Amino acid sequence: MILTKAQYDEIAQCLVSVPPTRQSLRKLKQRFPSQSQATLLSIFSQEYQKHIKRTHAKHHTSEAIESYYQRYLNGVVKNGAAPVLLDLANEVDYAPSLMARLILERFLQEHEETPPSKSIINSMLRDPSQIPDGVLANQVYQCIVNDCCYGPLVDCIKHAIGHEHEVLLRDLLLEKNLSFLDEDQLRAKGYDKTPDFILQVPVVMLCPLAVEGHIIHWIESKASFGDECSHHAYLHDQFWSYWNRFGPGLVIYWYGFIQELDCNRERGILLKACFPTNIVTLCHSIA
Amino acid sequence: MAAVLESLLREEVSVAAVVRWIARSTQGSEDNAGEAAALSSLRALRKEFVPFLLNFLREQSSRVLPQGPPTPAKTPGASAALPGRPGGPPRGSRGARSQLFPPTEAQSTAAEAPLARRGGRRRGPGPARERGGRGLEEGVSGESLPGAGGRRLRGSGSPSRPSLTLSDPPNLSNLEEFPPVGSVPPGPTGTKPSRRINPTPVSEERSLSKPKTCFTSPPISCVPSSQPSALDTSPWGLGLPPGCRSLQEEREMLRKERSKQLQQSPTPTCPTPELGSPLPSRTGSLTDEPADPARVSSRQRLELVALVYSSCIAENLVPNLFLELFFVFQLLTARRMVTAKDSDPELSPAVLDSLESPLFQSIHDCVFFAVQVLECHFQVLSNLDKGTLKLLAENERLLCFSPALQGRLRAAYEGSVAKVSLVMPPSTQAVSFQPETDNRANFSSDRAFHTFKKQRDVFYEVLREWEDHHEEPGWDFEKGLGSRIRAMMGQLSAACSHSHFVRLFQKQLLQMCQSPGGAGGTVLGEAPDVLSMLGADKLGRLWRLQERLMAPQSSGGPCPPPTFPGCQGFFRDFILSASSFQFNQHLMDSLSLKIQELNGLALPQHEPNDEDGESDVDWQGERKQFAVVLLSLRLLAKFLGFVAFLPYRGPEPPPTGELQDSILALRSQVPPVLDVRTLLQRGLQARRAVLTVPWLVEFLSFADHVVPLLEYYRDIFTLLLRLHRSLVLSQESEGKMCFLNKLLLLAVLGWLFQIPTVPEDLFFLEEGPSYAFEVDTVAPEHGLDNAPVVDQQLLYTCCPYIGELRKLLASWVSGSSGRSGGFMRKITPTTTTSLGAQPSQTSQGLQAQLAQAFFHNQPPSLRRTVEFVAERIGSNCVKHIKATLVADLVRQAESLLQEQLVTQGEEGGDPAQLLEILCSQLCPHGAQALALGREFCQRKSPGAVRALLPEETPAAVLSSAENIAVGLATEKACAWLSANITALIRREVKAAVSRTLRAQGPEPAARGERRGCSRACEHHAPLPSHLISEIKDVLSLAVGPRDPDEGVSPEHLEQLLGQLGQTLRCRQFLCPPAEQHLAKCSVELASLLVADQIPILGPPAQYRLERGQARRLLHMLLSLWKEDFQGPVPLQLLLSPRNVGLLADTRPREWDLLLFLLRELVEKGLMGRMEIEACLGSLHQAQWPGDFAEELATLSNLFLAEPHLPEPQLRACELVQPNRGTVLAQS
Repeated sequence: MILTKAQYDEIAQCLVSVPPTRQSLRKLKQRFPSQSQATLLSIFSQEYQKHIKRTHAKHHTSEAIESYYQRYLNGVVKNGAAPVLLDLANEVDYAPSLMARLILERFLQEHEETPPSKSIINSMLRDPSQIPDGVLANQVYQCIVNDCCYGPLVDCIKHAIGHEHEVLLRDLLLEKNLSFLDEDQLRAKGYDKTPDFILQVPVVMLCPLAVEGHIIHWIESKASFGDECSHHAYLHDQFWSYWNRFGPGLVIYWYGFIQELDCNRERGILLKACFPTNIVTLCHSIA
Repeated sequence: MAAVLESLLREEVSVAAVVRWIARSTQGSEDNAGEAAALSSLRALRKEFVPFLLNFLREQSSRVLPQGPPTPAKTPGASAALPGRPGGPPRGSRGARSQLFPPTEAQSTAAEAPLARRGGRRRGPGPARERGGRGLEEGVSGESLPGAGGRRLRGSGSPSRPSLTLSDPPNLSNLEEFPPVGSVPPGPTGTKPSRRINPTPVSEERSLSKPKTCFTSPPISCVPSSQPSALDTSPWGLGLPPGCRSLQEEREMLRKERSKQLQQSPTPTCPTPELGSPLPSRTGSLTDEPADPARVSSRQRLELVALVYSSCIAENLVPNLFLELFFVFQLLTARRMVTAKDSDPELSPAVLDSLESPLFQSIHDCVFFAVQVLECHFQVLSNLDKGTLKLLAENERLLCFSPALQGRLRAAYEGSVAKVSLVMPPSTQAVSFQPETDNRANFSSDRAFHTFKKQRDVFYEVLREWEDHHEEPGWDFEKGLGSRIRAMMGQLSAACSHSHFVRLFQKQLLQMCQSPGGAGGTVLGEAPDVLSMLGADKLGRLWRLQERLMAPQSSGGPCPPPTFPGCQGFFRDFILSASSFQFNQHLMDSLSLKIQELNGLALPQHEPNDEDGESDVDWQGERKQFAVVLLSLRLLAKFLGFVAFLPYRGPEPPPTGELQDSILALRSQVPPVLDVRTLLQRGLQARRAVLTVPWLVEFLSFADHVVPLLEYYRDIFTLLLRLHRSLVLSQESEGKMCFLNKLLLLAVLGWLFQIPTVPEDLFFLEEGPSYAFEVDTVAPEHGLDNAPVVDQQLLYTCCPYIGELRKLLASWVSGSSGRSGGFMRKITPTTTTSLGAQPSQTSQGLQAQLAQAFFHNQPPSLRRTVEFVAERIGSNCVKHIKATLVADLVRQAESLLQEQLVTQGEEGGDPAQLLEILCSQLCPHGAQALALGREFCQRKSPGAVRALLPEETPAAVLSSAENIAVGLATEKACAWLSANITALIRREVKAAVSRTLRAQGPEPAARGERRGCSRACEHHAPLPSHLISEIKDVLSLAVGPRDPDEGVSPEHLEQLLGQLGQTLRCRQFLCPPAEQHLAKCSVELASLLVADQIPILGPPAQYRLERGQARRLLHMLLSLWKEDFQGPVPLQLLLSPRNVGLLADTRPREWDLLLFLLRELVEKGLMGRMEIEACLGSLHQAQWPGDFAEELATLSNLFLAEPHLPEPQLRACELVQPNRGTVLAQS
């Protein structure tokens, strides 16, 4: 699951302009049978998000919105049961869920007196039954269930995955008898930055080829693949901040990471794709 | 001066008499009349003798040590002439010694004249001498131009300068200003020259050990204070390019001067000093001249001079002991004379006896002289580190000239344990976040808190970037980080934020640079680093590895300028780049406070009669503790000096004349940033000089030119000079300072006296009240000074330049190999431990006195233990009160608040008002804290003391110790509690109130009571995320679009619902949002089942799900909704127009599943009939195709027509389990 930069690039190369559908995912799995599905999905999702971030603006010009909306209207007039919105999104290379939001906003602007608030839009996307127009509700719903990178369902899955891995990590810590403070406890104590876990007694992780081990004061669980982009963002917003306060620590990218990114070990940020097995705890007889 | 030396050489006076004469103003009674007469006539010159002697020796040796200036700094007065210049030896005139450059045409015939002149000049008041100082350029050119005359005037003793200028006729452009020595009256034109700049050393011999920028080794005579800049600013002048530039300029000019001379004189006495153009002969071709004791030219003369010189050193009449040693080592390791001596005519014995012939006529003479001097200083040598001793003992010249000395050195080496070890610091460690000082409660506002959060991160980001780049060529701190630092400082608006940041800055400073390469980690007052507890084994390996990777580092010659090595550079540059007045002020406050705190630390005093082995162990600890405190103090003081004098330093020349007077008047009004004078006085009185002086020296080393002229600081210098004089190494006796303590003080003071801003004449001017330095008769019998707190490790750590001695010897061994500045590495200290407890500041009154007295005769560990216990128990007591009394009050507050909320309804009123009400009720209870605290200390302290003291402690001592511990702990705890308990309760209650109010708010689902998984659960259920993802796939397949071959098997659906059940029953991984989505997805799935929209895999005939299968799946769903979901399930979605509309697409429409589902929902009590009726009713309002609307109406009727049989039962259910279905899913 730890990929070299070259391996990662090969996968990323295959993901250029691929729509975020389950069909695409299936093809990807066939193309890289040796990689875990979760890793592939995580990479796919990240790559797609990068792509969307790059192209986001061009879909949000008023001309673009107007043209999409007209195409949508024309489409549903012809056949309301056809996947008009989904096809439109795929055609213009935009995420279906985001396209659904775009059209929904435009629709509500037209049909309501006051411009729709963000929370109303979000609520309607979560539960399309609330959308006043039945055809649009179906179209939106179709976009959402067919989008594997954006949308409320995907967000929920990601959140659940993150939570599950934190629980997993907590269990492992308990199993190893390592006492810790979790995020909630830290927040209650007034910490300004809170990793998932701070070890109350640090441990040393031994590395097979290195003479010395690495001290670990804190552990952060990341249920995603560590690519350059996300890792640098995490370093800046989280990992270094933890280091600045608590000293060296460990990041677990459960879905793997690019090997080359694990370059701050000496500095005190260690990357792993699983819970380390070779841990040495403070031995009281020595101390 | 020369007269004195000559009468000495002629044996008219004895060495002892001369030394007495120098050291004291009056002749001792032991002097015989003849001597007294000979010397008293020269009385006025007394003070000038030592500078003269030092310069004389330097000049005499300049042919042997051709690189000249890098020679250890000369003392006041300028260089003397090279006797053996190629043009012909000096012709019998004394003036020869005053030549710097070879061609000596005009020589002084009367050495006394310049002296007299100088003396006259000196009589003026100190500050006056600053007048007439010259600008930098003048000063530089003065090297060979007229300006040099001025320099002489200003010098404190050497007669030699003037003739040096004369000795170089081509450069003698102004004869009026620079008449021959002796003829120049000390007129106002006697301007002060700049300090002489030493050419960069390029000699082949010294190339490795010579610092390239040995700027502090200029002759003392050049007045530093008259000299602007370059030298002064360069060490920290990153932001002050002018300084650097002028240094360059000076170098350049010197270079030109030299090359001019080279052209003029056939034989270069000094190799051209430029760095870039090596002489052809530089490498390799030189062969060392062997030294032979048999070929020493005039033993007696050399012996005499060596004796006088040694005596001056021993009496601390020279400013810098180690500089002289360095010089002697240079003589010892001199490789060859620059010019061939053979051509010199034989000198007659008469000539040899006087000063007219060169003192050192050959390498043999040099080595002989050096060995003579070293013999007198065996004691100092034997206290050098083991490495230096080894090199000395193995030096073949030493063996050859004095087998006895060599034998003693060898013995000293073999017995030495003074291994100075090299340790690298572990990589940077951040200051840890401590909730007690760093959390929100310590900030005035949320904004300040979050701003500081960001600042901490920016600070470390900057630090890391510096670590990564500062060694890269071309990287510039200001360019790279300056704007970011200033932007960050700009955000520090509140004063409180500044103090937070300064605390972080100071802690990080101590942590990273406490000692140059200190083991880091252990910061004062902080827990020792975990690494050091993990076993010395690993740590040792780690450090050895790092040591190997460590780059060689030169400390910059025997007398380097104050610098900021390593990480210190970061902090200096940070201060400069930040250029924030507020920051500097807060930093000074904080540094001053910490310095006072550490300086006042009650370090255990030496107990001379500790005979058992335990004391040895104790001493290890004491020494370490002392080292930590001392090194921390030095670091803090250095930065305090840097910041405090920063506004007054600049590249421009120091002011003179009236301007200077007005500046002095102004500056003398400014109170010192820290009352160092008082601290020094107290330190001397308490015999803690060994702690106070080293940090004071660091502080003063950053003083600007005006500082030494201020009365306040003059007093300090006077005290330091007296102290210096009193530290006679040979006087060792009971009650005197330990040898290594003295050595440390001599080294740091000697270094200070060489700092350019410290006027060198200060040293020689000082009237020596000298002898016994009895500051105070009531000094304690045993102070820190009498305790062996300094070891070689600490000595070398504080004074890395002492290591230059070793480099010099090593480069002798290794020949000229290696040009990188020496292979010797920087000396860094071993790891040190954290401090023990601090003394309680509360010792007042009789009890306190008694307690003090009690400790006086107990081992120091007892006191430390008691203080430690008191400190910890006191602190724990506060925490205990917090966890018990305060926590109880908070609980009360919470229940009171709940009552309020119930009575006042949802809103609960204004939170601030609520808080006030609660606090007014609860704060009075805080009064109990004192009683509880007292009780706690009483209960806990004795046990702790008992556990920590040795078992054989007498019962009475033990119980006294316990009582004192109880008292101190109680005092500490109660002082804190009485001052803070109300605020503490208030703060905690406030936090509780906001917590409660927040909990009132959103996420009722999350707060709802939830069942955990059963005890037997092994948490093997599928993960919620996996299930959502799977169901989502089914949904997307059902909604389409899909490929023709896509579909799901009925078994898969069944399995999926089974898994869903497992997941819902194992709550381990389930979080509320996931459950909500699962609930919603399950409802969607049910709607698709009802509408028969799920594509089934298999032959086309089977494309649709069998009724039976569909019912079975719906049953499973119903059971999940009923039994397993703990959150609300949005069942009404089953009857949303969109989901019912799915049926519209199927042909033929089948309504039976929907009807079945509705009935089951009612049956299971998941939805009420009325609710369903309402939903069905609203369905009619939607727009449907005609036939569909009809069928829907039929369904409604069918459902409504059913007997209300389960109704009463249902109502019961609803009561038990309030209608879940009606609750809208949050999402």
